[in-house]
Amino acid sequence: MSETGFDHALYDRFPTTGPRPEGELEKLEKAWRVPPGWGLLTEVNNNYIGFWYVAVAFLFFILAGILALVMRVQLAAPLQDIVPMETYNQVFTMHGTVMMFLFAVPMVEAIGVLLLPQMLGARDLPFPRLSAFAFWAYAIGGISFFLSLFVGLAPDGGWFMYPPLTSIAFSPGINADFWLLGIGFIEISAIAGAIEIIVGVLRTRAPGMTLDRMPMFAWAMLVFAFMIILAFPSVILCTLLLELERAFNWPFFDPTRGGDPLLWQHLFWFFGHPEVYIIFLPAAGLMSMMATTVVRKSLVGYRLNALALVATGFISFGVWAHHMFATGMPRVATGYFSAASMAVSLPAGIQVFCWIATLASGRIRWNTVSLFVIGSVLVFTMGGLTGVMVAMVPFDWQAHDTYFIVAHLHYVLIGGMVFPMFAAFYHWAGLTSRNALSERVGKWVFALMFAGIHIAFLPMHLTGLMGMPRRVYTYLPDRGFDLLNLISTVGAFVMAAGVALFVFDLARRFRFTVGKDAGNVYGAGTIDWLPTGLYSVRSIPVIRSREPLWDNPEICRDVEEGRYFLPGTVTGLRETIITSPANAEPEYLQIMPGPSPWPVASAVFTAGFFLSLTVQAYTFGFTCAAVAVFATLRWLWETDRPVRKRTADIGAGIEVPIQIPGPKSHGWWALNSLMAVIGMIALMAGFAYLYLYGIHPDVWIAPPAVLTTGAIMALLLLALVAAWAGRRVLARHEEGTFAGQAPWLLAVTSAALAGAACWLDIETWNAAGLAPTNSGQGATVFAMIALQGGVVFVGAIMALYLGLRSGRGLLRPPVNTTMDIVSRFLAFAALQGLGFAVLTRLAPGLPG
Amino acid sequence: MNKGVASGIMEALWGWPPPVLDPAGPYASSVTTLAWALFAMGVLVTGIVVAALYVAIRGPERWRRKLGGEKAVWIGGIAFPAVVLTGLLIWGLALTASLTEPITGREARVRVTGEMWWFRVEYLDPAGRVIVRDANELHLPLDRPVVLELRSADVVHSIWIPHLSGKMDMVPGRINQLRVEASRTGRFGGVCAEYCGGPHALMGFVTEVHEAANYDRWLAAQAARQAGAVAPGATPGEPAAVARDPQVPERYDPARGWALFRDTGCAACHRIAGTEANGLAGPDLTHVGSRLSLGAGILPNHRGTMMGWIADSQSIKPGNRMPSYDRLSAEELGHIAAFLEAQK
Repeated sequence: MSETGFDHALYDRFPTTGPRPEGELEKLEKAWRVPPGWGLLTEVNNNYIGFWYVAVAFLFFILAGILALVMRVQLAAPLQDIVPMETYNQVFTMHGTVMMFLFAVPMVEAIGVLLLPQMLGARDLPFPRLSAFAFWAYAIGGISFFLSLFVGLAPDGGWFMYPPLTSIAFSPGINADFWLLGIGFIEISAIAGAIEIIVGVLRTRAPGMTLDRMPMFAWAMLVFAFMIILAFPSVILCTLLLELERAFNWPFFDPTRGGDPLLWQHLFWFFGHPEVYIIFLPAAGLMSMMATTVVRKSLVGYRLNALALVATGFISFGVWAHHMFATGMPRVATGYFSAASMAVSLPAGIQVFCWIATLASGRIRWNTVSLFVIGSVLVFTMGGLTGVMVAMVPFDWQAHDTYFIVAHLHYVLIGGMVFPMFAAFYHWAGLTSRNALSERVGKWVFALMFAGIHIAFLPMHLTGLMGMPRRVYTYLPDRGFDLLNLISTVGAFVMAAGVALFVFDLARRFRFTVGKDAGNVYGAGTIDWLPTGLYSVRSIPVIRSREPLWDNPEICRDVEEGRYFLPGTVTGLRETIITSPANAEPEYLQIMPGPSPWPVASAVFTAGFFLSLTVQAYTFGFTCAAVAVFATLRWLWETDRPVRKRTADIGAGIEVPIQIPGPKSHGWWALNSLMAVIGMIALMAGFAYLYLYGIHPDVWIAPPAVLTTGAIMALLLLALVAAWAGRRVLARHEEGTFAGQAPWLLAVTSAALAGAACWLDIETWNAAGLAPTNSGQGATVFAMIALQGGVVFVGAIMALYLGLRSGRGLLRPPVNTTMDIVSRFLAFAALQGLGFAVLTRLAPGLPG
Repeated sequence: MNKGVASGIMEALWGWPPPVLDPAGPYASSVTTLAWALFAMGVLVTGIVVAALYVAIRGPERWRRKLGGEKAVWIGGIAFPAVVLTGLLIWGLALTASLTEPITGREARVRVTGEMWWFRVEYLDPAGRVIVRDANELHLPLDRPVVLELRSADVVHSIWIPHLSGKMDMVPGRINQLRVEASRTGRFGGVCAEYCGGPHALMGFVTEVHEAANYDRWLAAQAARQAGAVAPGATPGEPAAVARDPQVPERYDPARGWALFRDTGCAACHRIAGTEANGLAGPDLTHVGSRLSLGAGILPNHRGTMMGWIADSQSIKPGNRMPSYDRLSAEELGHIAAFLEAQK
């Protein structure tokens, strides 16, 4: 059944026969050529960006691992003085923060950037410059953040940063600001990557790759990206609130003024628990693919597995408060979160048994990949079981915040993510290196790591039950667990030896390449193993099964000879085929932007902005921000150009449009994702407002008069109409005519009206006697105004940018992607403002 | 050196058998039962997974065929966990319900406040008035429920006495209540379990469970002392009422110690009932001489550790709020320690 009206019989034209035109390959190679010399840094091709991304993430794994060794040395014996207390507190905070924010999430995202286009049969991800920006922002921000450790300015409030310990009263230094701004910034890059991945997985799959034929990793990344979109706004919001409290004394978390420290815990764990699955799911996707490879049989329970990924995504948003069982929550709440926490282990069980069943369905080949896969199943299961234990509230009250939990989470994360990652390193090394990694050394790497984690973490279960709390820089002697701690330290070094051996093998064997790679050493069946060049596949094959390489032995040769879709470049530029979300039917040809220094510049100056804020160099900071905005607009300037040709032959005489605007375009989908992110931030701000009202309604004052509320809402409604009208005016003009100044002026008007509403909002609240420093109400109300102001500000910049494009004749009727994006964003801003106004002025309580 | 006191704190902190599995109260013992059941479940399921992996890889063809299909996923990955988890959940919810018994108001009440980095302990009468102020030590009657009223003076802390009960956080701006009951006498260690910055690692306390009658006597004596009896040695010129070992000549004079205590400024932060020392920022020292530990559950309490703590608390517990009085001579430290020792 066709989704878009595309005739599936057309697929039978492939592979084509007959000779390919002269120079077709050369033209393709030219379009994808890498800029020479330092120009390499401006490359946006996922083969490079993805590889750099993985490399930097792995660097952070090593660095955070070294921090772990430092801690284990200090804890090898009681009352040691090797690492001073202040340093230790910074080290454990950095270990957690770096592992979670700079290693785990970026690593899975990086593997996605590197592998997804190959797995989906796309030439690249749909927004290559956005991936470049995400990578550079992450690399620069992450490295600067890490360096704070060497000047004693690293955060020391734990990776969870609970206020009031992290409030200005108890953390007066800029250490905490480093965490808040550094992490907030790195989150932005994670979100950019997630938007890219959603659109990539849903819209750039090879023709015929229905959702049911997607590699399991693509399923996992899809769920992963949706989870990032929903979870990360929460941490962005709570870091923003804490920074506002620290910098401007807005009392979100201060109980003496109607704030509440537990608000942070709710917001943080609403992100923090899905985070664990955000890390685990992509790794589970890789596991499903590798379990398939090592037995050369299809995954048993493919649909169950995909369902399990989706179910995990859903349930994981209902478990956050299981980190807070000991905060004195009501019993009903603990019961609910306990049940949800147990329920989330069901989909994990499904996946584990899918892997076991897959292994049973064929004959396993013994190699490093299979060793890590089996090791992962075992280690992850053990971590999952202690997870079930701590989901039982009474047991958690005992185990919570002890070394039992340290053991639990390391089993889960190492078994669930690190082992699959190492398996994947071996499995996919041949894709990007001239030589495969050594099997002989690999077996030792596995043995050392597997032994190391059990020696290090198994005793910690007992250490915790014996009464050793977490996050301690030392412990008293004669408590009976000196020896256990020493064993754990030995284990940590055994594991580190395994990693060191891996790095040694990497140095010896790994040679980066695009094109002359070692290839499909382990004999996998998915299309990431088609022969590739800089342009990924020479031609994009029709996908007829889940493992095309096993089912169609000719496919590699046919792809390489250009006998499938898009065997060259139609426009002479970088292109890929955009397909429909469910059945992957070809819809249109997307022209992709090539190398550019602007995303790099934008990342550098965005990093400069955040770092300057941390050290309170405001003038320099805002200069950086202005340059970053300019660089971003400059990078966008070259996109959305009118195309001369309307349709393109993408192979075998199949014609599709080039670069379409409107709801079917990939840009439309990306904007939807972005609005979901901003909307989630707004939603969480609304939660914060209602939560504080619930805790301390006594400090709440009546909102300003209803008349002013009416005026604000009228302004916003007008802004909504103006935003809509701009697009409408453009649409009423004939193609080829000039639409005049009205479209962009209406956009500017919309932004101005929304700005006026913001101003009126502030004025009337001030008149009503509310200041942000007054109370939890003041803080949350003004936080929402600040969010709204930020969105309107961005909308205003977009409207002016639209004016600039209109002046240059780039705003062509009747439909234009930039116009679409700007007017929809402005409409969103107006709607968000209406939501905030209703919440803060009409509820709770009636306007006075 | 008082050996009995030294072994008191060691007895409290000793970790074997693991306190979580060595309950000293009805609450902890039901959790211990649950813990053993959970460990058994863990071992059993790990065993099943290992066996399944073994069969998948090495097992006979016939078994592998059975395991290698979607039916195995339905049984092993869905049906089996669902049954086990449902059973556990019902038990867990029932147990949670029984452990969070509503507070009747007839229990003894003790207010425990988390401070950076020690515990303020105040015993309340039924009307909620403070009758005894103490620190870093919790005395409980045997077989009688006690409600700990948990507060925080600064950041989030968490109180944990694994022999008696699970953790409960101390959150600024909130009052949490934790019901504890001891079913055996003895000394049990406790710690702060929520990271609270700086020397969080060295924030502990000792719990002592007394026979009920002894507890009542103890509390009455402490309350009387707090109600105004003059502190031993506190009045200059009067000989200290300290029992001495006649074999050991006492070099140090508690009365001089009091004078030094007063003049050095100790009284700005510490209170001793019945004296002009009224500071409330630091631990109350009215009963410091009878405490099992110093420095919040980290040192045994005897003259040497007392002198060391006053002289150099910053290297023993870096970052704690008490400055090191290293300008005091050993002689002076001895006098102060002798005075404090007498505050029972």
